[in-house]
Amino acid sequence: MKEIRITVNGKPYELSVRPWATLLEVIREDLGLTGTKEGCGVGECGACTVIMNGKSVNACLVLAPEADGKEITTIEGLAQGEKLDPIQQAFYEIGGLQCGFCTPGMIMSTKALLAETPEPTDHEIRKGLEGNFCRCTGYTKIFESVREASRKSRR
Amino acid sequence: MDYAVIGTRVPRVDAREKVTGTAKYAADYSLPGMLWCKVLRSPVVHAKILNIDTSKAERLPGVKAVITAKDFGGWTWGFMATTRDEPPLAMGKVRYLHEGIAGVAAIDEEVAEAATELIKVDYEELPGVFDPEEAMKPGAPVIHDYRPNNVSVEYHWNYGDVEKAFAESYIVREDRFSTGRVTKGYLEPPASLAYYDPSGSITVWAAKQSPYFHYRHLAACFRLPLSKVRVVQPYIGGGFGGTKNDSVAGDFCAVMASKKTGKPVKFIYSQEEELMTSKRRHAMITYSKMGATKDGLLTAVQAKVIAEGGGYTAIGPLSMYLAGASIAIPYKLANFKYDGYRVFTNNPVCAAMRGHGITHTRFAHDLQMEMIAEELGIDFMEMRLRNAIDNPKPGTVYRTVNDVTLNTCGMKEALTAIKEDPIWAEREHAPKRVGSTSFGVGISGTAYVGGARQLGHQSCAAVIRLCEDGTANLLTGATDCGQGSDTVLCMIAAEELGMKLDDVVIKRVDTAYTPCDPGSYGSRVTLLAGQATQIAAAEVRKQLAEAAAKTWNAKPEEIQIRNSVVSLKSNPDKSMTLENLAKIASYSGSGAVIMGKGYSSYGLEPLDFKTGAGNGGTSYSFTAQATRLGVDLETGHTTVTDFLLAHDCGRPLNPIGAEGQNEGGAVQGLGQAIYEEFIIDQGHTRNSTFLDYKMPRSTDIPDIRIIDIITDDPNGPYGAKEASEGSHVSAPPSVMSAIHDATGIWFKEQPVTPEKIVKALKEAGKWGK
Repeated sequence: MKEIRITVNGKPYELSVRPWATLLEVIREDLGLTGTKEGCGVGECGACTVIMNGKSVNACLVLAPEADGKEITTIEGLAQGEKLDPIQQAFYEIGGLQCGFCTPGMIMSTKALLAETPEPTDHEIRKGLEGNFCRCTGYTKIFESVREASRKSRR
Repeated sequence: MDYAVIGTRVPRVDAREKVTGTAKYAADYSLPGMLWCKVLRSPVVHAKILNIDTSKAERLPGVKAVITAKDFGGWTWGFMATTRDEPPLAMGKVRYLHEGIAGVAAIDEEVAEAATELIKVDYEELPGVFDPEEAMKPGAPVIHDYRPNNVSVEYHWNYGDVEKAFAESYIVREDRFSTGRVTKGYLEPPASLAYYDPSGSITVWAAKQSPYFHYRHLAACFRLPLSKVRVVQPYIGGGFGGTKNDSVAGDFCAVMASKKTGKPVKFIYSQEEELMTSKRRHAMITYSKMGATKDGLLTAVQAKVIAEGGGYTAIGPLSMYLAGASIAIPYKLANFKYDGYRVFTNNPVCAAMRGHGITHTRFAHDLQMEMIAEELGIDFMEMRLRNAIDNPKPGTVYRTVNDVTLNTCGMKEALTAIKEDPIWAEREHAPKRVGSTSFGVGISGTAYVGGARQLGHQSCAAVIRLCEDGTANLLTGATDCGQGSDTVLCMIAAEELGMKLDDVVIKRVDTAYTPCDPGSYGSRVTLLAGQATQIAAAEVRKQLAEAAAKTWNAKPEEIQIRNSVVSLKSNPDKSMTLENLAKIASYSGSGAVIMGKGYSSYGLEPLDFKTGAGNGGTSYSFTAQATRLGVDLETGHTTVTDFLLAHDCGRPLNPIGAEGQNEGGAVQGLGQAIYEEFIIDQGHTRNSTFLDYKMPRSTDIPDIRIIDIITDDPNGPYGAKEASEGSHVSAPPSVMSAIHDATGIWFKEQPVTPEKIVKALKEAGKWGK
């Protein structure tokens, strides 16, 4: 077993993990934060996207020991109590979700995108979400949600 | 129409849970002491199973149960009594690669997986057959003894006089079209947590879009009364037909392992297991002969459709019905002949998927009609307008030659909307060529059935319980697997009850409490569970009106309720809150329980798979679609820039939801048209990952606009018909039409990949020119 220290959604954890465990397994199983989803487990679908030290990553591709000392934000870390993050609020209002399985990853990718590019062009939105599959929405309302989130975040 | 809630833009009722990550899916559930189940899968595609030795696996520390076919006592399942050919685990014979052979339950996933590798199976390999046309030939390897010719479903329908009509036609064309092997592509793989408790009841938290299929399967498989089977429905990560309608090997193994061990048992398939083994759309070959007059009016269609079925029958009888039944819509057609064959192969099993059955033949016939128009020198839009079925006058019905009845048909109106839009009207002014990219605009006009039915149980039901504070619980067995039905059903209840939308609360399906339901397939939930909800709400409203009338010494019909306020129609100043009325109604006398129930009654006209006569649902949606795209004449790469859909869904009840369905359906259709296809070589799927099986990503998406065509169908709540599957069906022919416009080449095989385009351009001497 390997000892790691990680901060998840502002809370520090000291964990003893199997060296081959992924960050996704740690988040979902050890911490019980099941908002982060596993779609493919091999870094192709983006459903497990979380933010690690400011960058969006596929949690299924990060080994838990690699996350040692890092700050992680998951979907559960966005809302302030009852108040949704502007990105969550935009997806909620515009309808940028259907089945919801890709939604946590899609929102975390949007978070990383807007942190770097607060006013993305349509092309930058598409590029920013390239790693996240959605099979339900046809992406159209997701793009609208990102534009609305950008507006809300700048207000 | 003056509606308070219907037609308004409201957030989904489940949106908050989904954007915060608190919505729980099957994989998110666990129970103390839970075991993990893994399925051992066959490494061969077609073989006799001579022996299964599980002794080593059973001895591995941590293994608690090993399941094989013999545990299920020969039980098999299927769509019809005559097609129950599929066992939970391969029984005596393997029919496709990675079919389930055994299940292991162990203390964790790794031990379970390791144990599967210790199971020794002796196979006697058999020659396989992988092409449906080969499988139909005499002497082909036989996959099921009960179908020695490998044909699992066969229909022969004949309407009018096709031969005479062809003889009298000005033009007759014969073409071969084909659709590819595509998958549903949801991100949530099959998963379930199962518990067979000491009282002898089963509870499962399972990812099922049609939980009552699973409920019936488990009761039959475990020989239990239905009252002892409880399917509790988590949120569902997408459905689109096929796998999540049905049960999978893991489902049966998890319940059996729980029965044997007394522990809860969970399984989650890997996405690769899903893509290798789960039920997907049929690939179909359509040999089509079409005739027309000099003016382009269709005279006859003869279609021979051969579908690849894979190893079992599944829902194939319905797939083949749908492929034929749509031939005479949305264009007038007095003569058609349909010969449908669904053929067993040693490939994974094919079943339902969005656009079920209809997408294959509508693709073929919409395109073939354009080919005829081209030969006759008729504009493609004009060709469709000349042939499209007119919208029947209110109170009248259009009846096709095979007794499909249309109460409303927005086909012409939808086509006209596209015709007048700049994307079509000004297409000649748009750039045709930039660098090596040639641009084109194409159209389609298609139909889809909504409120679909199978041959058995059809009605959806709803129960509404009024709470004493003036809010309400809505219970239905209909499932929201992402399409948004929970939201639209709450909107319907709120509309009928005069309640605020937030005051109507719906929970997930739980077969112990919610009324039985056929399932979420065939664009049926809004129509049928919607009607049931309307009826249940009307019953509650009646009881409320009676209580208010009694209080105010008025007549019940004088009471109005709107936005959770109750008033007298004649004197709106006389009012009280709905909360107040709910208390009066619930507490007066010895007290009362205010509940309403309803079940749907639409869609019960005759239906005959054998002859193809009748309606496979309640009503029909119509979609006209324009596509603008560019084809790189050097690389063959297609970039789709614009989709415009004019869609007749009767009336969109939840506009955000209906738009989302159309957008999502059209993009899934785009995937099928130009990107997606399983490459299967001798039964081995070569692209079983999302990286290799190319679904549309954010960078592939056209700008999508939707025009609503309102027709107010009498066979749906508030005039609604279906939305989503129609847009899936309209996309492929529209895309093909646009590729033809860009390249001058007709592509008749889906998907039209860059390789196919380059090859065709080379053959036509147009490559890179």
